[in-house]
Amino acid sequence: MRTDAMMTAFSTIVLREVRRFTRIWPQTLLPPAVTMTLYFIIFGNLIGSRIGDMGGFDYMAFIVPGLIMMAVITSSYANVVSSFFSMKFQRSIEELLVSPVPNWVILAGYVAGGMARGLGIGLIVTLLSLAFTQLSIHNLPMVVITVFLTSALFAVGGFINAMLATKFDDISIVPTFVLTPLTYLGGVFYSIDLLPAFWQGVSMINPILYMVNGFRYGILGVSDVNPFIALGMIVLFITIFSFVALRMLDRGKGIRS
Amino acid sequence: MTNALEIENLVKTYGDGFEALKGITMNVAQGDFFALLGPNGAGKSTTLGIVCSLVNKTSGKVRVFGSDTDTHLSDAKLNLGVVPQEFNFNQFEKVFDIVTTQAGYYGIPLKKAAVSAEKYLRKLGLWDKRNSPARMLSGGMKRRLMIARALVHEPRLLILDEPTAGVDIELRRSMWTFLEEMNRQGTTIILTTHYLEEAEALCRNIAIIDHGKILKHTSKRDLLQQLSVETFVLDTDAPLKAAPVMKDFDCRLDDEGALLVEVQKGHSLNGMFVELEQKGIRIVSMRTKANRLEELFIRMVEDNARQPQRVAEGAA
Repeated sequence: MRTDAMMTAFSTIVLREVRRFTRIWPQTLLPPAVTMTLYFIIFGNLIGSRIGDMGGFDYMAFIVPGLIMMAVITSSYANVVSSFFSMKFQRSIEELLVSPVPNWVILAGYVAGGMARGLGIGLIVTLLSLAFTQLSIHNLPMVVITVFLTSALFAVGGFINAMLATKFDDISIVPTFVLTPLTYLGGVFYSIDLLPAFWQGVSMINPILYMVNGFRYGILGVSDVNPFIALGMIVLFITIFSFVALRMLDRGKGIRS
Repeated sequence: MTNALEIENLVKTYGDGFEALKGITMNVAQGDFFALLGPNGAGKSTTLGIVCSLVNKTSGKVRVFGSDTDTHLSDAKLNLGVVPQEFNFNQFEKVFDIVTTQAGYYGIPLKKAAVSAEKYLRKLGLWDKRNSPARMLSGGMKRRLMIARALVHEPRLLILDEPTAGVDIELRRSMWTFLEEMNRQGTTIILTTHYLEEAEALCRNIAIIDHGKILKHTSKRDLLQQLSVETFVLDTDAPLKAAPVMKDFDCRLDDEGALLVEVQKGHSLNGMFVELEQKGIRIVSMRTKANRLEELFIRMVEDNARQPQRVAEGAA
């Protein structure tokens, strides 16, 4: 397939994904906006005012980067896993499989579609947070790079989950039992300095901790971990996950008999 | 001239050990209208699935217009248009979006795709429904949508797996006319169907597959010449208590009391009428029991089904 044709195929997949999540916006765009607003009100305003400072910032300012990242992570993941699995379920994935689109373009298209939703939600949540606190950016490139890479990583993760899933239950297991606990324990609501030494050590093996802290560093300039190590971890995971996803596509795991 | 499709020793063994294809070989010439026939589970859809890359083959070669699917898969796919047996589009997307999106997968920019989509949606009578979600279409419209989607990138080889299943007679005939026109314009067409009159009416060459093996691969003309017996259904003016015994024809009554007469190839029908007249049986109407291809198909598949039994009997 020629390069320009591949670009057309890529943009077609992305456009279709954007069309999908904007068509069902009450399911895709509205819920995270409502949920995050509740977090801002309850944890940030009501409870946060009694907690006081954390990491040198008032509690609302401290949790905003984590909550933005949480929304980006869950939306990027959810978009790809639900869209790709639905295509498998309805067999409309065959439209792609019979076409000459290379597998890496299929993967890139879905990941970009997931990122579009994740970053769009990130922007919505950021705008909402401005109603509760003032955001000043400490390191803009760090903010942009971290949020882009994190979104990409979880979009690839969602793709692998969708490839492996054989029923609808399978696409909710990882978000419910893996992503949500890791996100809550990834320093969204607290600094790991508050934890005993043992649990600090355990926290260090949670990859989401690095993403939340990398993003928090970009916005507030404080982090529980070295932000550059955080970036390195994300890039490493993206590379590994992409390799796995491409191998699955090449073998037709769950999509070719 | 390069064949539109070449299949060489194609084998497919599924994970559970089931051998769906046992080394089939067949060619389809450019410009042909080709039928792949066989009973349910014979291996038709598996064969087409491998050609379209929806099924992984175990071994063998597939070439589409000379492009080997192992080494030049992208080139092979560019020449292929596929209409599957089951509806496989997103039911929530609009008709127009489904067709233009498919064109995009083939690298056709939206502007050009829109022109091609309009052309085929109009030809297939779906233009008025272009903004409807696919789930709102009738069954026949959904089938036509899949044909429009398969044609939007102007493939040289169109594969249709049961394209008229569940479609009413009138629509089926109009789809035949459309496919014949596509074929006249140079598109090679491969068709699987359970309606054998469809294959007889449309196709020039035929392969019959059963239990993963090709039983026949020849022209329709040659195939029909092999038909040695044709069964006629005769309605009599008065009900018969038993089938008459005739000199040159085997007769029996069917469940509804009509007389079934088997006529060997080369035998004159006049003789049959004379003999029936002599026996005092008056015929008021007459038709063939099944179309000629169907008759032949059933005989071949039945013969093939008896073969393993013969082997087993021989071994015992």
